Amino acid sequence: MSKKFRSDVDVVEWTGRQRPYDILKEGALALLILTILTLTLAIIYGSPDERSITIKKWSNAAPVDFAMTAVSELNGTSTTGSYGPPYNHASTGQAIGPVNLVNTVGVRIPINTANDFVIKPLSALPYQADLHQGLLNWKNATEQTRAIWVTNYSDASSKMTFTDGQIVVPTATAGPVPVMINDLTAMARSGALDESLISNNSFYTTDFTKTLLFISDGSYLATTADKQHLSGSQWGMMNETGSYPGQAWLWMYSFWYQIPPFNTSGNADALVWALMMFLSLLMIFVPFIPGLRSIPRKTRVYRLIWRDHYKS
Amino acid sequence: MSSVEIDRQWTTRLRKRVEGKLPPEKVLPDTQPSYVSSWIYVFGVATLTSFTLVLLTGCALALRGPQWWHESNYGHFVNSLHLWSVEIFFFSMVIHLWGKYFMAAWRGGRQLTWMTGGITFLVSIAAGFTGYVSQSNFDSQWISTQAKDGINATGAGAYFNVLNLGQMLMWHIVLLPLVAVLLTTVHVVMVRIKGVVPPFADDTEVA
Repeated sequence: MSKKFRSDVDVVEWTGRQRPYDILKEGALALLILTILTLTLAIIYGSPDERSITIKKWSNAAPVDFAMTAVSELNGTSTTGSYGPPYNHASTGQAIGPVNLVNTVGVRIPINTANDFVIKPLSALPYQADLHQGLLNWKNATEQTRAIWVTNYSDASSKMTFTDGQIVVPTATAGPVPVMINDLTAMARSGALDESLISNNSFYTTDFTKTLLFISDGSYLATTADKQHLSGSQWGMMNETGSYPGQAWLWMYSFWYQIPPFNTSGNADALVWALMMFLSLLMIFVPFIPGLRSIPRKTRVYRLIWRDHYKS
Repeated sequence: MSSVEIDRQWTTRLRKRVEGKLPPEKVLPDTQPSYVSSWIYVFGVATLTSFTLVLLTGCALALRGPQWWHESNYGHFVNSLHLWSVEIFFFSMVIHLWGKYFMAAWRGGRQLTWMTGGITFLVSIAAGFTGYVSQSNFDSQWISTQAKDGINATGAGAYFNVLNLGQMLMWHIVLLPLVAVLLTTVHVVMVRIKGVVPPFADDTEVA
C-alpha cells in the first residue's frame, strides 16, 4: 500500500524540461557584481569608527560623575556592585519562574567593586602619606565603620563639586573616603586607572571586563550612546554610530524590549532570550511542525516565486 | 589482498558512497530543471558569494592585526569593505531564507538542508555580533556592555564573556567562521545531492 502524499512534506520529483545552466559562470558573475557593489558602498559610505571612551576621557569630561560612580563602587551600590552572578553574590540574577540559570552557573568572573575598582588601584599608586594612611584606616576598619563612612560621604555627595582639580564634598565624618575618592579621580584623570584595571598584574592583556564594567556603571557612556541614538528605547545595540544599518538582523531581538511585558519586567533579558531561543527552534524545526509548514502552501506566495513556471 | 577485502576498507566504502550520492554532474551541473527560473534563486548565490567576500575582507583585515584599521586610511577602507560585505551577506541570506520558507524548500527529504541553513543563519548572527564587539571602538564598548545582560541572564555569560576582547576576537575570526564554513559546505552539498525543490505540483493537488 503506497504512503499518502503529504503536500507540505513530499514532492513529485521533476521529470520535465531541463534548461542550460553554467554554475561556474553564474558564480563568477555573482562574485564580480557583488565585489563592485561592496567597493561602491565602501567608497561612498565608508564605515563608522567612533573612538572608544577611556576612564581618562570620562573623568576629565565629567569628574563628578566619575567620583559619584567611584563611591557607588566602594559601597557596592553600582550596577556591577549589585549585579549578582557571574560577577558576585549581591543578587540572585534574572529568572523565569523557578528557573534561574544564572544562579545555577554561579559566580565565574568574580568582581568585588570596592577592592577591584578602588582599593587595589589606589594601593598601586606611588607613596603618598595621606592616601597611605587612608588606605590603612580603611583596611583596619570594621565593615560597619566603612559603611558609616561611605554613607556619610554619599549623603553629602549631592553637594559634590570639582574645584581646582579636586573633588570636594562637605563632610568631616567620612573617614578616609574623601581622600580615596579624590586620589582615585586624580589617578583616573591621569590615565593611570585605565592601565591599572586593564593590566591586572600582567604585561599582555586582551580582557577589558573590569574597565568596561566600571565605565558602564557611570552615566557618561550612556549619555554619549543616547546622543548617538543607541539607547535601549532607541532599539539599542542593533544600531551603530552614524547613519549605518548596524545589525538590522537583530530587529526582532530588539523589538521585544520595546513592548510589554518585556519593557517593564525585571527579568526582561531572561524572558527575551527564552523567547528568541524558542522562535529559533521553531525556525529550525519548521519542516516538522504541522500548521507552520503549511503556511507556504496556503498563502500561495510560491506562485509569485515560480511565476514563470506556473505561466507555462 | 582480495577485492572483497578492498571493498571493505573505510576509504573504498566512503569513496563509493560519495560517488553514488554526488556524481560529478551533480557537483558541477550544466543543466537545471526549467522551474529554476526566478529572481529568488539569485539570493542563494548572492549569500554564498558575499560570504566569500566576508571571509576575504576579514582575512585582509587580519593581515595587519586588530588595531591596524583604526590608524590607517587603507585599513579603514578594508574595514569598510568588510562591513558592507557583511551587510550584503545578511540582506541576501534573510531574503534567501524567507524565499525558501515560502517555497517550502524542505519538501522531498530536504529537511536537513533547511535545518543546516537555519543553523548557519544563527551562527552567522553570532559571528556578526562578535565582530561588532571586537571592533575596539565606541560601538563595541556600548554593544558589549548592553549585550552582556542578555547573555548573562542565560547563564552563558559566565563562559562567553562579551567584555573580554580577546575571547570575542577569537570566536569571531576562528571558531564561528570555521563552524559557518563547515555548515555552509554541508548545506551546499545537500542542495547539490537533492537538487532544488520542485514547485507545488498544481492547485488541485496542493489544495
